[in-house]
Amino acid sequence: MTNAMELYQMLPKTNCKKCGKASCMAFAVALMARELTPEDCPPLKEEPKYKENYEKISGIFKPSEGATETGLIVHEDLCFGCGNCVVACPPNVANDPYGVGSGNAPRNAHKLVLIVEDGVVKAQNLGECRRFGKNKILCNGCIVTCPVEAIEFV
Amino acid sequence: MLCDDIEVESEKNIVNKVYTACRVGVAHMKEGRDSAVFRVDNKPVDEATAISEAAAILKNAKNPLIFGLGTSTNETQKLAIELAKKTNATLDDTSSFCLGRVVEALLQNRFKTCTLDDVRNKADVTIFWGADPSDSHPRHLSKHSYFPRGTEKQRGWEEERTAIAIDVRKSHTAKICGNYFFQIPPGGDAEFIDALIAALSGKLPKTSYNFPPKRILELANILKGAKFGVVFVGLGLIYSLENLEPLLRLMDTLNEKANFHLIPMVGHYNMRGFNENLFEETGYVNSVKFEDGSVKHGPEYSIVESLKAKTVDAALIIGSDPLSSLPRSVAKNLLEIPVISLDPCETLTSRNAKVYINTAISGVESGGSATRMDGIKVDFKPVVETNRLSDEAVLKKIMEAL
Repeated sequence: MTNAMELYQMLPKTNCKKCGKASCMAFAVALMARELTPEDCPPLKEEPKYKENYEKISGIFKPSEGATETGLIVHEDLCFGCGNCVVACPPNVANDPYGVGSGNAPRNAHKLVLIVEDGVVKAQNLGECRRFGKNKILCNGCIVTCPVEAIEFV
Repeated sequence: MLCDDIEVESEKNIVNKVYTACRVGVAHMKEGRDSAVFRVDNKPVDEATAISEAAAILKNAKNPLIFGLGTSTNETQKLAIELAKKTNATLDDTSSFCLGRVVEALLQNRFKTCTLDDVRNKADVTIFWGADPSDSHPRHLSKHSYFPRGTEKQRGWEEERTAIAIDVRKSHTAKICGNYFFQIPPGGDAEFIDALIAALSGKLPKTSYNFPPKRILELANILKGAKFGVVFVGLGLIYSLENLEPLLRLMDTLNEKANFHLIPMVGHYNMRGFNENLFEETGYVNSVKFEDGSVKHGPEYSIVESLKAKTVDAALIIGSDPLSSLPRSVAKNLLEIPVISLDPCETLTSRNAKVYINTAISGVESGGSATRMDGIKVDFKPVVETNRLSDEAVLKKIMEAL
């Protein structure tokens, strides 16, 4: 994944403020935080000399379009439903200790973040995910337990 | 793996949604079909013709082979044993070229074992040796052996459990084990066991393939500190050992220093059930020949050897596909004898069989009980209705026709 400095290098660097931010660097940071999209920079989008950079930046942010609010993507073609992430997910364990926390079927499915449905893991209730909200932390319980790298945060 | 917590949504006798099961489980649950198929010489016939044809084949055979049963219920397996007695048959299952040796030693109490629920509640060190449950039994780690919290393991896998993989390649399970993955060359298991025993006894571990002694000592230290250890034995380990002696020695040494148990990573869901049922009846786990009330046992009565020597003159194959799974040089002898195939799926064997009966899928269309890899009996009920006969019902009808 890229960082704000790399994004900044690809921007016009004119500090025109058309995006509503004070500078191009501020725009790059907003891009990283996903507050704004590459389309919010009018010169980048419209002027032909920036066309190449615009496509590059759009390409970087493309995979995150299918992502959930916390940036969680499940690659359904890779997942085979072992349920390691479901059992290891800390909010899942806290909300359903005797169900998924103990390796069994969920007893309280509507409070869980991850469940296995038709052999593929499904993300829901992202409000419960530890990567969501003001006090978010970079929890990676579901990523490190996946044998096939089917879960990704962008 | 006989998961007992799967939920399904069904409508009009068709399973629509499956919860909690892995992909393998979902495919199994959704495979149900309405119509039954009976074929003789690849032509559709009615039930009575197929049964009487099957009975005639068994009646005319001097030494029929009954094989398979790894995916049949305990009740079916007991019936098959009865049928084998009645027809003086050779009876075998996949365990003769699989984990039969380990299950036999377990049933003779030569290994200390425990249940998968004990593993969940107590185990702090688990070793996956020559096994890759992430691919073969996808829910093994999440339901029992690594990730769940148990009564004595409340704080979870990060703090209280260590999973170790010993394998010839970096499998998906090895990836989860991270730094505790020990890669050894193919066939190097016996030497690794010797080195590990040396390390456990405080000697310098040596291997011909120069495995770093420091890492073996590190492994030995983890094992010595185990309060409740489990070794999951896979085919990779068994195929590379000539006999079980090194494994027995390793388990004895481990139990001198710590507390270790052994569970075989049985592939078919009821292979252990077959081994136990036959053991109860005859004292052997596989490869037996019934002859007028007496029982003979030996490698010559296994499917591979008996087909090689062409000692069998008919075959009843239940829920197995030896034409695909056995080496061609052995399997081709099956084409020379009349074969009866009972299987829920079309297989290479069923297409080349004289009689083919499409049976119901246990756990989905028919109920019964089965024995899990740790010896626990699991009962299950059908979730949808079907016109297909269960293999238990087919065997009953064949017995009656005989």
